[in-house]
Amino acid sequence: MTIFAACAALLMGLGLFGLITNPQPLRKIVAFNILGSGVFLLFGIVARRGAAAGLGADPVPQALVITGIVVAFAATAMAVALLLRLFADRGDTRLDHESAAGTEPARDDCRPP
Amino acid sequence: MTDAASQSVLPVLGIMLPATGMLLMLLVGGRYVEWLALVLLPAGLAVAAAIFAAVWREGHTLTYVVGGWQPPLGIALRADGLSAAMMLVTAVIICATGLFAGPQFSQPRGRPERRAPLVFWTLLLAIWAALNAVVVGADLFNLYVALELLTFAAVPLVALTGGTETIEAALRYLLFALLGSVSYLIGTVLLFAAYGTLDIALLSARVRPEPISWIAASLMTIGLIAKTALFPLHLWLPPAHAGAPAPGSAVLSALVVKGSFFLIVRLWFDAMPGLLNLAAAQLLAGLGAAAILLGSILALRQSRLKLLIAYSTVAQVGYLFLIFPLAGAAAASEPASSIAWTGGWMQLFSHAFAKAAMFMAAGLIAEALGHDRIAELGGIARRLPISTLAFALAGLSLMGVPPSGGFVAKWLLLLASVMQGQWWWAAVILLGGVLAGAYVLIVVGKALAPAGAAVAPTAPVSRRREVVALTVALGAVLLGLVPLQPSELLQIGRLDVHALAAR
Repeated sequence: MTIFAACAALLMGLGLFGLITNPQPLRKIVAFNILGSGVFLLFGIVARRGAAAGLGADPVPQALVITGIVVAFAATAMAVALLLRLFADRGDTRLDHESAAGTEPARDDCRPP
Repeated sequence: MTDAASQSVLPVLGIMLPATGMLLMLLVGGRYVEWLALVLLPAGLAVAAAIFAAVWREGHTLTYVVGGWQPPLGIALRADGLSAAMMLVTAVIICATGLFAGPQFSQPRGRPERRAPLVFWTLLLAIWAALNAVVVGADLFNLYVALELLTFAAVPLVALTGGTETIEAALRYLLFALLGSVSYLIGTVLLFAAYGTLDIALLSARVRPEPISWIAASLMTIGLIAKTALFPLHLWLPPAHAGAPAPGSAVLSALVVKGSFFLIVRLWFDAMPGLLNLAAAQLLAGLGAAAILLGSILALRQSRLKLLIAYSTVAQVGYLFLIFPLAGAAAASEPASSIAWTGGWMQLFSHAFAKAAMFMAAGLIAEALGHDRIAELGGIARRLPISTLAFALAGLSLMGVPPSGGFVAKWLLLLASVMQGQWWWAAVILLGGVLAGAYVLIVVGKALAPAGAAVAPTAPVSRRREVVALTVALGAVLLGLVPLQPSELLQIGRLDVHALAAR
């Protein structure tokens, strides 16, 4: 129990750190999924803690976590689709340059070799 | 709760009608999608009007318990006075947007089928279903799902035209929204862990001011703020709202950001009324005040019309957050509190009308000129008098000039802040009004200026669409005719939640 909870906290911390500090969208999406996994693990722990005597787990958080996974999957799919389209149109996936400023987009490290 | 509420199938109809319509649209495909919309939009408006009338007449909440399972095991849908008003405003704006978008997203006979109309109409109905689910949801997880549906419908709308900038804006919007949704989800699971329920009415009786509820409330609020684009998480909004096609911008700015704001209010006022103390309320309103000032100043500095309007949304959303210290610090029955409550919601409704009209007018101007650079708008008032009038009328409501909905809202908020001795909010409201006046006048002044050599409309503009924009702007003005006093309708269903908490 405790070790699962610590894992959940660690995953959430890692994911949140990645989501905020990484400038590249693809890494942000991966970080979001790590953060999401931490939250889903937390749901499992809550289910175990809330179980009545003799039962394995409280079914409500388990029902919720399935919905949560579906939502996270849909969000990831949409983000990746947008990212692919952006890459196809422009050849890089940076989000931090001003499109109107007319500046030369800096070399991008997401470019395939 | 159950003694002061009646069972009704209307709330679930409000969600299912647009949701079923959306699925039907995907089935019938692009050729008939417009005709389907022509049937569905009035039907949805009728349902919203029926809910509004029922709540108004009976004076209490309409409830629908899904599948007959009572909470905490089942899920309830509740339409209180606020939900009813929100649903009606949503329905009116969606229908107006539908009328406005008709010619732009139609599928002419005999031409090759385009994808944009199908996608647009489907997304419009998806946004409608999600918004209705947000306003009648009474279960925090159900609200999470509704909020995600709203985001998933809103993000593709930004990228509908398919330009590189708009795809970038949509991706940035989605990344902010992902952070928001996961943050909200952590808060939800913590609340469930602590109190064993996610039903709002049951939570309001159980939540105690202790660390876990504080952490959960903060996480959920941060998540929702990211989706509402409150300063400092507003960075995604201007490119996204400015990049969408005009009807899309109208819906996004008028309604979609309000959905997550509505949830913040549900959370603090209904789910955890015991938790809203002065410090939290002042912090939220402080961010709102910063948004008002910063958003208005940035709006002044924009060179493109749609970006100016988008930054104005950042500013106007800030006003909504003044509701927390003004309506939340005192008991709900106190006059100052109910005045601020009405003022805050009037601000939401009038901004919805004004901003929808502004984006429609800006869209028409951009369509006629082929660009929306403010510096080159000289003399457009002569070519497009109706659109310019719509823009100016909507601007009057944003400034808070009587008679307009914006005036009623800002007057009530001012009154409440003076009555409660929180004069610093009054100063912000007044300064925000002056700045709004400045950025509206920049545009209107340019439009009325003698025509330069540059102005030559390149495309004809449909008169019908201009009239729709003007009608929506008139709606913002007509909201100024509601009585200048706390509204009883908006209190329906509020007091019994508080009575439950006190029990």
